[in-house]
Amino acid sequence: MPIHDHGYARYAGVRTQPGRAWAVIAGAGIGRMLSARPFLLVLLFAWLQFFVRAVMFYLAANVPQADVIAPSPATFRDFFDDQGFFVFVVAVYAGAGSIANDRRANALQIYLSKPLTRVEYIGGKLAVVMAFLALVTWAPALLLLVMQTMFTGSLSFVREHAFLVPAITLFAFLQVLVASITMLALSSLSTSARYVGMLYAGAVIFSEAVFQTLRGVTGGGTGLSWVSFSASLAQVGDVIFRVEPRYDTPWGVSLLAVALVIALSAWVLARRVRGVEIVA
Amino acid sequence: MARLDAVTVSYGRRQALQAVDARFLPGAVGLLGPNGAGKSTLLKALLGFVRPDRGRLRVLDMDVVEQPLEIRARIGYMPESDAHIPGVNAVTFVAYCGRLSGLPPADAMQRAHAVLQYVGLGEARYRAVDTYSTGMKQRIKLAQALVHDPDLLFLDEPTNGMDPRGREEMLALVRDLAGRKGVNVILSSHVLPDVEETCDRVIVLHQGRVVAQGPIAELKGSSRHAFEIRVKGDVERFLAGLRDAGVECHATDEDVMRVLIAGDRGARDLFALAARCGVQVRHLQPSVQTLEDVFAQAVGES
Repeated sequence: MPIHDHGYARYAGVRTQPGRAWAVIAGAGIGRMLSARPFLLVLLFAWLQFFVRAVMFYLAANVPQADVIAPSPATFRDFFDDQGFFVFVVAVYAGAGSIANDRRANALQIYLSKPLTRVEYIGGKLAVVMAFLALVTWAPALLLLVMQTMFTGSLSFVREHAFLVPAITLFAFLQVLVASITMLALSSLSTSARYVGMLYAGAVIFSEAVFQTLRGVTGGGTGLSWVSFSASLAQVGDVIFRVEPRYDTPWGVSLLAVALVIALSAWVLARRVRGVEIVA
Repeated sequence: MARLDAVTVSYGRRQALQAVDARFLPGAVGLLGPNGAGKSTLLKALLGFVRPDRGRLRVLDMDVVEQPLEIRARIGYMPESDAHIPGVNAVTFVAYCGRLSGLPPADAMQRAHAVLQYVGLGEARYRAVDTYSTGMKQRIKLAQALVHDPDLLFLDEPTNGMDPRGREEMLALVRDLAGRKGVNVILSSHVLPDVEETCDRVIVLHQGRVVAQGPIAELKGSSRHAFEIRVKGDVERFLAGLRDAGVECHATDEDVMRVLIAGDRGARDLFALAARCGVQVRHLQPSVQTLEDVFAQAVGES
């Protein structure tokens, strides 16, 4: 029996207008990550700090002797610093294979033959990594603020530090965006997720090593912190949370360094995400 | 269905398409050419993957540069190389492609099952695509191109790497789609029998230029007559005589030659030439021009 006897029917149903495909890509990517048990374990570990700090907030609110651990804006700034390790792990886990695996399987020409733009494709992939990074930074930080209010039964802390909600949101967005877009850019350069993970680790460690070497050479001066990926972000974070900046570099320079990393990553993505490989 | 007006596409200094004018009319159209002729580049230009240096491309009455998304919503593309979404099974992959093309989730899943049945992967639809054989990967590429029910299907070397039975089934699907299901097809291939079996019209590309286009039947029934001939005697002298007389000649099985005579000349002229060359005609049989003859002439003349 010829196989086409199984039939093929024309489709008469509805179709959505182009422009929503990024959400399909993001939804599928998030679903795929959530079905991986090791990744769920990583997410669980990433929330440990939240639980520890929540207990500390409870004690500070209810035990007079625990006043020394009462929260301040610096507490939230430290929370983001301590989450840095999980930002790294989640970014590698969720982002390293994001484009690299598609390139390995030649999936880009499948994607881009559908009614979606390259920006939508990148947006969908970016949304997956950003969603999980926001889940381990922005979400627990905001929830900690809610916990603090609940434990003290007063809004006085939030009122006194009204900048905290926007600061948490702004810094989390910056941290998440830099990690996500850098990871995606590196992912677009290779067909091996493992290699991309190592490349990302190398980039973070190398830039920090260069900074520390320069720091040693210049007798402990930190004016060149802008050469480090993470130091630049940390410097900008200090300014956003209104705490004493940890390095001598003007924060504008650090912000410029962060913006350059984002711009470079966007440029790499624009060059690498194409339906056809231009080799000539 | 699709048309190109003076389209030039370059990769660096190399021109892959040079001022190409072509019309793809409704039905099944074959895009023929040797490797490197520019077939895949032409398809990729029609898809909007590569931007032309000059010229204009229109697909389904829409401009490729101005309305790429509207076009892609109505076409399906089966790439030449292996291509799939990694780490998922066949039905998830095809349904995902349906959703990317704008189908609601339930419809996409329903059509994914139907289309996988249609291409002969019904039994294997829950297997991971990464584990598929080459022939199965060809079929799933067709399924992902069909899931959203396109009006126009671009097939780039659809029988690559398939065994004879698989190839026959793939060609049967293409014939069925173009002939009974009303899906227009542009089939790019360097395998002439594939095009001859499935298409009504053909466009022949060579070195980035269109060297022939039109209905296959018309091109085959051109002003040339084909003969199969076997001679005894000084074959080399006879061949030289044929060349001097402007007669095209191809070797076929053993000592049988295939000659193509243009104009109103015929068998009588062959006998006369054989006599002049001192060879004896042992076998002379009129034949029909094949697509291979058309292709060889088009490529040879360019």
